[in-house]
Amino acid sequence: MSGNSTYTPSNGFTRWMDSRLPIIRLGHDTAVSYPVPKNLNYWWTFGGILTFMLVVQIITGVVLAMHYVPTTALAFASVEHIMRDVNYGWVLRYTHANGASMFFVAVYIHMFRGLYYGSYKAPREILWILGCLIYLLMMATAFFGYVLPWGQMSFWGATVITNLFGAIPFVGQSVATWLWGGFAIGDPTLNRFFSLHYLFPFLIFGVVVLHIWALHVSGQNNPVGVEVKNKDQDTVPFTPYATVKDAFGLSVFLILFAYFVFFAPNSLGDVENYTIAHPLKTPLHIVPEWYLLPFYAILRAVPSKLGGVILMFGSIAVLFILPWLDTSKVRSARFRPLFKQIFWLHLAVCIALGWCGGMMPDHVLFSVGSIDFTVTYFARILSFYYFFHFLVLFPLLGLIERPKPVPESIAASVLGGRAAPAKA
Amino acid sequence: MKMKLIHKLSIAAAVATVAVAAGYLPVMTAHASEGPEPTYERLDWSFNGPFGSFDRSQLRRGYKIYKEVCATCHSMEYVHFRDLGEKGGPEFSGPEVKAIAAEYQVQDGPDQAGDMFERPGEGRDTFPSPYPNEEAAAASLGAPPPDLSLIAKARNGGPDYIHALLTSYTEAPANVKVPSGGYYNPVFVAGSGVIAMPPPLSDGQVDYDDGTPNTLDQMSQDVSAFLMWTAEPKLEARHRLGFQVLIYLLALSGILFFATRKIWADQH
Repeated sequence: MSGNSTYTPSNGFTRWMDSRLPIIRLGHDTAVSYPVPKNLNYWWTFGGILTFMLVVQIITGVVLAMHYVPTTALAFASVEHIMRDVNYGWVLRYTHANGASMFFVAVYIHMFRGLYYGSYKAPREILWILGCLIYLLMMATAFFGYVLPWGQMSFWGATVITNLFGAIPFVGQSVATWLWGGFAIGDPTLNRFFSLHYLFPFLIFGVVVLHIWALHVSGQNNPVGVEVKNKDQDTVPFTPYATVKDAFGLSVFLILFAYFVFFAPNSLGDVENYTIAHPLKTPLHIVPEWYLLPFYAILRAVPSKLGGVILMFGSIAVLFILPWLDTSKVRSARFRPLFKQIFWLHLAVCIALGWCGGMMPDHVLFSVGSIDFTVTYFARILSFYYFFHFLVLFPLLGLIERPKPVPESIAASVLGGRAAPAKA
Repeated sequence: MKMKLIHKLSIAAAVATVAVAAGYLPVMTAHASEGPEPTYERLDWSFNGPFGSFDRSQLRRGYKIYKEVCATCHSMEYVHFRDLGEKGGPEFSGPEVKAIAAEYQVQDGPDQAGDMFERPGEGRDTFPSPYPNEEAAAASLGAPPPDLSLIAKARNGGPDYIHALLTSYTEAPANVKVPSGGYYNPVFVAGSGVIAMPPPLSDGQVDYDDGTPNTLDQMSQDVSAFLMWTAEPKLEARHRLGFQVLIYLLALSGILFFATRKIWADQH
């Protein structure tokens, strides 16, 4: 989207277009001639996969919205109408519901890839922050969407999340009432959640455009984390090299996606959501979808409600300032022996937090004498580490760590990898 | 020295975390709800697995049990009579579906005089509820009997759970107090083993037309399979389309793999 354009219009029509609306030039510069570091591995195909997933979610969502009715009396029945009577409605709904999960699988891989290879560091801070914004919008969109089928977990999940705003001092209750559009979750709530669920993906789309724009200004990071020095030696043109590789990565990803849609469509969902919402019957165990579980664990780990809410939002907020928390000059974890260890530890902590989020908080893991070590205690230790990792270890490691020598250039690392055995 | 220590510690912590997570995973499902642990048999259903499909005769037997036993108390509000004749279901013939529907009286109206009236059911109607409203449904047993359209997807274990529930009524152990009007069923975790529904099926209760032995276990299996169909009427179409999609994607991935190798060949 920027830099020196290499596009030359080849015929009368394209020349005519190019001097009026250079949209073919934009496409060419973005997806054809754009230089891509030649050492990218398959973890870099997830950007393309995510773009594809966003489009899938928007297309299936728009068609589902043609059949869905956002009223408490008819929402659940309209979803069943889609499943039973709409032609291929079951494909649409299962694709959309599992697509949300696959979207999060891809975004988590994309984010942890960025963390591992230091993709958030200068000059890619804005790129990273835009990504965090997309992630935040995705979580909000997923939450609104989960409420729409108006099952038990839809209703009670919405109850738990909107009640969080009640924890705000002084104005909390008023804010909650304002969000609900009444004194409890009901028709106004469902209707506005539907409206927002339709709006947010287009906000995401807008931020994705900015995200890609920023990416094309700074250029992609790469596994060795050194900048492109010589375009001819270090990069290859996006088409055909990245196009075909991304297509292959996407195709393999779609196999996983299709497996869930066609052979395990309900395995990632909660059975409670096949029972229509009942405001007087609280489910035994209210849990969000799997991709929000780590945050739910942090929320419940704090004894004070307000504190829990602050820490939960803080756990996302901290991602926004990551570029300034990391003091290391070296990007890629390949050359950061200590950072590499804590990266895997942090990944394990996040998974363990997710596990805690799905458990009953007072479930006893083990007992020492008369002291029961519950899931809540475990989640507290993990939550502490989550923040310790970013707020203490990130700045500290850059100061005490002795990085391994970084290759001179991308080309040197590719050739060196051939000549000498890989050190990483 | 310091680096080595941190290295070892972090690996140990990571291993410990994964071990704890892995070790407790099975416990999670069992302990997700309070009360006695549900232990029930996983049956080898005809619709299991990627090529699974429903057994038509089983669905027809299951429908007979629903009609003669369950329908007394349980509604099935999302299932239309016409569904009984759809592909991938019990596949009753057109006249059979009409006859089944006509056995029910359905409320319709208002007519020209502004009055509601009753007429025989038709294919386009859903199964009428046995009770006029939720309050009336709750009056007999305290809570309204759940709608059965989606029950096989609304309970952990699905058809295995339903089959286990129907076959696990037993005498309460000494430490469980069952209130009057309640029954003991260890599979019913939501009520900590106490269930208001009386044992609905017993050996020989429903007469089968196809010579299948009408044991409690057989009838429970048949009605569970039928309820799996009511919950997931497009299961067979899903398996069929899924197989085609996967074949397509595997072929596409293969082509793209070799295309990627060829295009990148000059770069390595």
